[in-house]
Amino acid sequence: MKTPLSSILLVLLAAFIGSFGAVFLKSGAARLHRQIRTLLFNWRLAAGVGFFVLSSFFFVLGLREGELSVLYPMVALGYIWTLFWSRLFFGEPLTRNKFLGIGLILVGIVILNLGNR
Amino acid sequence: MMRDRQTKTLSAAAPKPVPERKSFHFTPRQSIALVFFCTIFGAAAQVLIKHGAAQLPSGNPIAMLTSVPIVTGYSLYGISTVLLVLALRDGQLSILYPVISLTYVWVTLLSVAVFRESMNLFKLLGVVIIVTGVAVLGRNSRP
Repeated sequence: MKTPLSSILLVLLAAFIGSFGAVFLKSGAARLHRQIRTLLFNWRLAAGVGFFVLSSFFFVLGLREGELSVLYPMVALGYIWTLFWSRLFFGEPLTRNKFLGIGLILVGIVILNLGNR
Repeated sequence: MMRDRQTKTLSAAAPKPVPERKSFHFTPRQSIALVFFCTIFGAAAQVLIKHGAAQLPSGNPIAMLTSVPIVTGYSLYGISTVLLVLALRDGQLSILYPVISLTYVWVTLLSVAVFRESMNLFKLLGVVIIVTGVAVLGRNSRP
């Protein structure tokens, strides 16, 4: 079974959208206080969850054709986007260990999915 | 023009003042521990939803809403999201987000333990490399 380019693009789009979900969760989390309403009535957190739902919609569209073992590891490419958004929006440092750790995680996910074939 | 841009970058990188009325804080290690539990709940949710979906009569939305494993699975997803948000409040996004990849590890182990799927060298090696990657990332959190 071959994985069509359209499926790969849909999954890459899903990963890109999902990385913004993480950004909004982080920015909403900064506004959390001890009151429960700061968790429930927090548009940033709601937007974060919304981005994740949108992301899984495109992921499922992509999965209709193609191999799961090829497409699933591509979701993890979103970690790389998140690395840059963290630098851009939250001023977090880009370090060698972060690139190394994400690189190892990506390799691990690819190998894990080879075992699922 | 050039100087303006520089000042902007510098101010974005400067540490933000701590907002008032935050009554508790998590250390970097506690934040990673929270995401660790978040991945365990997330993996349990995935396994429950898969288990529930396999028993569903096809094309019946009511059955999905009354299925105990599916509803429990989505509730666990909710708990997992709350834990992630709590962790993100004090921790670095660029470290915590990739830690979610531990979900792959738990799902693989649970699939072997619960669904009796086979373990093989690729799965084992993949799990070990993912855990190593998370450990390398986490080393950053210690100043």
